[in-house]
Amino acid sequence: MYKYDSFDQQMVDTRVEEFRDQVERRLAGKITEDQFKPLRLKNGLYLQLHAYMLRVAVPYGTLNSEQMRMLAHIARKYDRGYGHFTTRQNIQYNWIKLEDAPDILADLATVEMHAIQTSGNCIRNISSDQYAGAAADEVADPRPYAELLRQWSSFHPEFNYLPRKFKFAVIAADEDRAAMRLHDIGIQIVRNDAGEIGARYYAGGGMGRTPMIAPLIREFVPIGELVSYAEAILRVYNRYGRRDNKYKARIKILVHEMGAEKFIEEVEAEFVHLQGQNIDAPAAELERIIAHFEEPAFESGLSEDIDRTDPDFAVWLDQNVDAHKRPGYAIATISLKPAGGIPGDASSAQMDLMADLAEQFSFDECRVTHSQNIVLPHVRKADLYALWQKLDEAGLASPNLDLISDIIACPGLDYCSLANARSIPVAQKIAKRFADIDRQKELGELKLKISGCINACGHHHAGHIGILGVDRKGTENYQLLLGGSGAEDVSLAKITGPGFDEDGIVDAIETVTDVYVAQREDDERFVDTYRRLGMAPFKEALYG
Amino acid sequence: MKILTGNELKSGDVVWWTGYNWSRHVSDAIEVGDTVDQIIAREIAARTVSDCYTVDAERTDAGILPLHIKEKIRATGPTVRPDLKIAPPDPAAGNWVI
Repeated sequence: MYKYDSFDQQMVDTRVEEFRDQVERRLAGKITEDQFKPLRLKNGLYLQLHAYMLRVAVPYGTLNSEQMRMLAHIARKYDRGYGHFTTRQNIQYNWIKLEDAPDILADLATVEMHAIQTSGNCIRNISSDQYAGAAADEVADPRPYAELLRQWSSFHPEFNYLPRKFKFAVIAADEDRAAMRLHDIGIQIVRNDAGEIGARYYAGGGMGRTPMIAPLIREFVPIGELVSYAEAILRVYNRYGRRDNKYKARIKILVHEMGAEKFIEEVEAEFVHLQGQNIDAPAAELERIIAHFEEPAFESGLSEDIDRTDPDFAVWLDQNVDAHKRPGYAIATISLKPAGGIPGDASSAQMDLMADLAEQFSFDECRVTHSQNIVLPHVRKADLYALWQKLDEAGLASPNLDLISDIIACPGLDYCSLANARSIPVAQKIAKRFADIDRQKELGELKLKISGCINACGHHHAGHIGILGVDRKGTENYQLLLGGSGAEDVSLAKITGPGFDEDGIVDAIETVTDVYVAQREDDERFVDTYRRLGMAPFKEALYG
Repeated sequence: MKILTGNELKSGDVVWWTGYNWSRHVSDAIEVGDTVDQIIAREIAARTVSDCYTVDAERTDAGILPLHIKEKIRATGPTVRPDLKIAPPDPAAGNWVI
C-alpha cells in the first residue's frame, strides 16, 4: 500500500502543528468560536450531540495493521474505548476533548494518517472498492488512481471552498461495491478496445435530501488525463454551482438543472482549455504510486481445499468469504453487525485483534467497507478456519454479509446533532427480529439501510429496504422505502406511504419480507421481486 | 420554561446552567429568565463554554427535564450505550426516551 514520501509527511506534520497552535489560541481566547469553527472542521473535528467528534480519513478504505492499532490506541487513550466505522470508509470518535485533539492528530501522523478534509466544502476522503487488488473482476487495482486524486485534491487551493462538500469514488470492476454512481464524481477504471487503461467518468450523483444517480459524462478518459478531467469537472462546478442555497449547492443539482448534455459541453470545453497546462502528474509519478500497490508475495500451488466439518464455520464461509483473484486465496469480511450490536462500532480490543489478524493472515492489510464492515483481502484458504476461530472467540464472526441483519445505520439521534430520529435502536431491533441465521439466508441478499435524517448518511435511498427517521411533532417516525440499490444495478428507493413508530417499522419490515417470500420466483432477490411486481403488493400488505 | 445549555469548551461535554456555574447533570439546571443573553455573553467571554442556547424544559418529579427527545438524549447520553449514560437521580431515567 502507499507509503508517504517526505512531502506527504511534511504536509501532515505541518498541519498538526498549525492546528495545535489554533487550538491553543482558541483555548486562550485569542480567537472566537466563529473564527475557530471552520479551522477545526477542516481538521475533521465537529461539535456533536454529546461532545467533539473526530472523523479520521481512511483513504480508499485501506489500513495496515499498524494503522488499525493506532485507531485502537486513540479509542483507548483519548475516547471511550471504541470507534465507529462509517459509510465513507472512515472512522469517527464520539467523545474527543478539544485539548487532546492536537495530540491525537500527532499520533495519527506517526502512522501516515490524518483528519484533513474530512469535513468542509472541499474534496473529501476518496472511497473505493474494498476488494481492490483482490477481486478477480477488476481491470486494475483502483487505489493508485484514488491515491493520485488524493494527492491532487489535498489542499488544492482552487477547490478548498467549493459550493458544497465533494465526494469521489473510484472502482475498477463492473460489480460496483462502492456505490460509485451515488457520488459527486464516480470513476470506473476501464480498458478500451485497444487495451489501454482509462477512466469512465460519472458526475452529479448523490444521496441526501435530493438523491440522484450520476449520469455518464465521458466513456473513456486516457489514464494520463485522469486528473485534468477531474479538474475540468470541478472547475465547471466551482463556476456554476449555487452558493446562495446550501440545499441546492451540490453538483447533482447543477447537473440536473443545467442538463447533463450542457454540463458535458461545459466540462469538455474546460478540458480542452486545460490541455497543455501540465495539470496531470508525469507518467513516472503515476508509476511510482502504482508501484506502492504491487501485489503482495502470493504463494503459488496452494490448496483449494477447505475443511467444512465445523458447521458454524461452514455457514460463515458460505456467507462472508468471497472469491479471490489468486488460487488458494480468499477475501474474508469481518462483520461489525453482531445481532443486537451497533452497526460499525468496534472496541479498542476488537480493533487490536483485527490488526493482529490482518498481520497474521492478510499480508498486513485490512479494508473498511462502506457497509461498515472490515475486510481481510488476502487470506489463504488453508487459514480460513483458524481465522474464523479467532473471530468467533471475539464475537466478530457473524455470518451475515449482505443479509438483512448486515444493516447500514448512521449514528442517528444517539450521537448526531443533525439527526431527527435514532437509527441504531431500529437496526438493533430488526437484527434481533431476524436473528435466526437460517431465516436470514432464506431471505437471501437484502440490503437494509437506515438514516436518522434526510441527509442520508445511512444510504437509505440505496437500500433494497430503506428507512428514514423523521421528527413528527417531536416524536420519532420512520418512513419505509423499497427498491433502492447502490450497486451496478443502481436505483433509488421509493417511499411506501405513511411512516411508522419504532416498533411499527420493525413489523413493517417483516410484512414486506413476507410479501417477498410469498411472491418471489426462482432465485429472485428481494429487490428483483420488488422491481417485477412494483410497489402495489407491498403497499397493500402494509396499509390494506 | 427555558433552561440554558452549552458545551464545555475544553472537553465538549454537555453542560447546564445552574444559576452560578455549569453542571453536567440536567437535573441541576434552573429556569433562566430575562438575563439569559447576559449570561451567555459573560460565559462565552470567560471561555468556559461554547454553543450556548436555551431549550424548552419541564419540571418533573425527577427534576427539570428537556421536552424534546433530542435534548433528552443530549442530556443523558446515547440510548444505545447504557454504560455511557449520565446517571440522573431519576431511577426511571432509562424510560425517558425509549
